[in-house]
Amino acid sequence: MAAGTALEAMAITTADDAAAQEFARVVERHRPQIFRFLLSSTRDMDLAETLTQECFLKAHRNWGSFRGDSSAMTWLMRIAINLEKDHWRNRRMQFWRTTRINSVDLDEASEWLPSGESSVEQQLLARERVKQVWSAVKGLSERQRTVFLLRYVEEQELREIAAATGLSEGTVKAHLSRAVARVRLELGGKR
Amino acid sequence: MKKFDDEANGLKERAVDQEDLELELALKDFRSSVHAWSDAVYFRPRAFTKEVRLRSWRLALGWALGCVLVAGSVSGGLLQRHHRVEQARIAAGQRAAKQQKQLREQQARAQVSDEALLAEVDSDVARQVPSALEPLAQMMDETK
Repeated sequence: MAAGTALEAMAITTADDAAAQEFARVVERHRPQIFRFLLSSTRDMDLAETLTQECFLKAHRNWGSFRGDSSAMTWLMRIAINLEKDHWRNRRMQFWRTTRINSVDLDEASEWLPSGESSVEQQLLARERVKQVWSAVKGLSERQRTVFLLRYVEEQELREIAAATGLSEGTVKAHLSRAVARVRLELGGKR
Repeated sequence: MKKFDDEANGLKERAVDQEDLELELALKDFRSSVHAWSDAVYFRPRAFTKEVRLRSWRLALGWALGCVLVAGSVSGGLLQRHHRVEQARIAAGQRAAKQQKQLREQQARAQVSDEALLAEVDSDVARQVPSALEPLAQMMDETK
């Protein structure tokens, strides 16, 4: 009986260890992507870091209840989107509190380009295009922005975006279409 | 006519293609830019910088000064209130003593005047009968 209890305890410990290891792998694999989404969504480095921490803290607490219906990435992205939504809602509600705004401006955000083999002129053109896209993104609604960033920065499929945002695929398509039209307009093309 | 229509359609298609190409290029640049930015921020060394430490000290100092200020004003207010209450108590005591003194003086005066009145009445009653009326007084005594 005692041996049985000891074996059960060992099995539980082993299962806990395995779950912890699996969660550590998930963190390692998906943390940069979650951070990138939050950074592009908020344009605030400190806020993106804080929300990423909170996202993984929440995920850790609820790791036991994750059934694997969707991929871990989709599940994490859903948590991140909700945290971001909560953050803005709280900030709107507590507007009298002095909250620091750390969002970088569009010029600064557009400065980043991969050090490619392109010429200086090409880099300037690329920077200008990036700035125009940022400008369009700034004018999008919260949902449009989320859908747009998930599609064109994170390169997610429509059904993944639908699962992460809790919207139907049709709604995702509609938001995406409006967002792209806005970008097109910003780039000087027709709607 | 058909030729012109075809040419116009062709131009339109080429313009649309050009726009799509530009859009595609812009989206590609945007993606690369966000990835580069995110990587740079994500992998930057996270050190507890001097500036942060300085900010923390400043914050702590601000809080400490604020606390001292609040404590000072509260204790000052309490001290002033205590002082005022004490003064009021002393003034009330002095007033009561003065009133008591006045009352005692009044009582003394009243006592003195009663005694004087009695003395006067006594003196009136004890006054001797004038000699002219003495026979009449004797007669009154006899009839008694």
